[in-house]
Amino acid sequence: MRRGRLRNTALVSPALLWWAGLLVLPVGLVLAYSFFQRGTYGGVVYDWTFDNYRRAFDSLYLSVLWFSLRVAVETTVISLLIGYPVALFVATRPARWRTVLLVLIILPFWTSLLIRTYAWIVLLNDAGLINRVLRGSGLVDEPVRLLYNEFAIVIGMVSTYLPLMVLPIYAALERLGPELGEASADLGANAWKRLWTVMVPLTLPGIAAGCIFVFVPTLGNFLIPDLLGGGRRQMVGNLIQGQFLKARDWPFGATLAVSLIAMLLVLVLVQGWLTRRGADREEAPIAV
Amino acid sequence: MKHFRPTRHVALAALAVLAVVVAVVAGSATAKTSGTTLTISNWDAYTPKDLIPKFEKATGIKVKLAKHTTNEDIMGKLEAQNGGGYDIVFVSGPFAESLKKRGWAARLDHEQIPNLKNLYPAASRLSYDLGNKYSVPYTWGTTGLCWRSDLTKTPTSWNDLLKPSSDLKGKTTMLATDRWLLLPALKVLGYSINTVNPAQLKQAAALLKETKKTLLAYDDTTFYSKLVSGEAKLVEAWDGWCNYGIGENPKIKFKIPKEGSDVFVDTMVVLEKSKNKEAAHKFLDWVLRADSGKAVTELVLYKTPNAVAMAQVKKSLGKQYPNLLIPPKLLLTFQTERDLGKAQPLWSRTVSEIVG
Repeated sequence: MRRGRLRNTALVSPALLWWAGLLVLPVGLVLAYSFFQRGTYGGVVYDWTFDNYRRAFDSLYLSVLWFSLRVAVETTVISLLIGYPVALFVATRPARWRTVLLVLIILPFWTSLLIRTYAWIVLLNDAGLINRVLRGSGLVDEPVRLLYNEFAIVIGMVSTYLPLMVLPIYAALERLGPELGEASADLGANAWKRLWTVMVPLTLPGIAAGCIFVFVPTLGNFLIPDLLGGGRRQMVGNLIQGQFLKARDWPFGATLAVSLIAMLLVLVLVQGWLTRRGADREEAPIAV
Repeated sequence: MKHFRPTRHVALAALAVLAVVVAVVAGSATAKTSGTTLTISNWDAYTPKDLIPKFEKATGIKVKLAKHTTNEDIMGKLEAQNGGGYDIVFVSGPFAESLKKRGWAARLDHEQIPNLKNLYPAASRLSYDLGNKYSVPYTWGTTGLCWRSDLTKTPTSWNDLLKPSSDLKGKTTMLATDRWLLLPALKVLGYSINTVNPAQLKQAAALLKETKKTLLAYDDTTFYSKLVSGEAKLVEAWDGWCNYGIGENPKIKFKIPKEGSDVFVDTMVVLEKSKNKEAAHKFLDWVLRADSGKAVTELVLYKTPNAVAMAQVKKSLGKQYPNLLIPPKLLLTFQTERDLGKAQPLWSRTVSEIVG
């Protein structure tokens, strides 16, 4: 017994060390910094204060947060609308095709985010490919402004994070298998009804996971609003990055980061609850 | 026993011994720095290609060149390493001032940098570091308007950018970094570019919020390519970066608006924590040589505060890039950026107010 426990501890320790060293410690540091002050020339002065949190509730920063939430929600909804059908399509292919399709979905991740983002600049700018085609075909006279606005930011975010939506939904659909769908079809449910009353409720944990996977990094991204938004709108990520790098105000940057983490924690708890509920449902038929 | 008579041979031998001693002493002096490695961080694409290999060959000192994208970037890296990790960093004036005030910059020994004599006298009177005690200027320049002369008329005032005519709407960009984002508005309003007065900053923010609606983007890095592609017709630009546009399209021009502008100085700072200060001084001295300064201007297209070097720069270059000929006298009528100290959070809040 005791030896088994020792062995278990040994096996878990690399993961525990990783978790403690690379997650608990840095987040703890950020939390601690958020209660200190900025020195006159940058740096951190170790005097306790709550002032940073008072500053964070400035209406100015709340409006930045509001804009970030809007972009994150838009990105998540669009990713879900595109991602669910894609996942459904992949999950219903024969097994050997599924692997190929999944690789194709993951493939963009092999290219640097910076390069993928610049590619959008090449496509979307006033003299870019899309505008050249639009003008060449006589559809428009003046170039359509596609770049340096919210539209461009959302496009960049969706194209970056879509795979993170597809994969968990695909996993949920695959686990579900085709039997329940076939059974409900036999009982007279049309395709639409099958989707809404069988598939979607049963894959809700996958949907929730996908939404979190897309929502969280979108909210924190600062590269895409900088490049595709032309720096004309700030998101929370830009704000935090700016405090650390431009203003050299680490304590306030840490405060903003802690506030963001706290908000996201609530979301993850909701997702966890949805997943548990989903698991209960799956077990329910067995209990009956 | 014969009388000892000093002969020519003895004299020669004595001389030879002396020569050996001198050589050994001198050799040990170079040997002290030879073989050491300097870690230097400069902006990307801001070091002429030959500069470092030539220095390494002449001195036997190895150089590891790191790159940063902005002042803020290297300051962040120094912050994380508590002022260490490099021997020399290239930063702009106000950041050199901040390094000095935090005790991270080493006091320079001018005796080890004889080439300081090559600098314009004015280059030692810059307010962020009077007398070059902690920093040596590498390049300097100013901020102005860079425009496509075939697509829009010659601008004269910062207002041409801040309140653009209708044909320029959505065709202009401004610099994204705090100091230069606010500069045009502060100049138009007649305030100091280092103001810490909240009312003045508020007024500038109000003006710039209106300007934002007319901008294509805030852009620190690719504004000149936006001019080349025609996406933008008029941009706020550092003179040297406007030259990268001019190099691709001679229809691109540069002008200092009538309200005036700033003089920014990019400097070299030896860090207090450096263990190779002697080698670091040698590097500073090497960069201040006339041929090094000439290479900087001819390859990086920025003016250097090195009078001897500027006199040797190819004349044709000044014709192609007229802003290289801006005389130091005019440049120095402008204010130079200073560290904002306690007012930095106020400035960054102001920028968030404009951009956010």
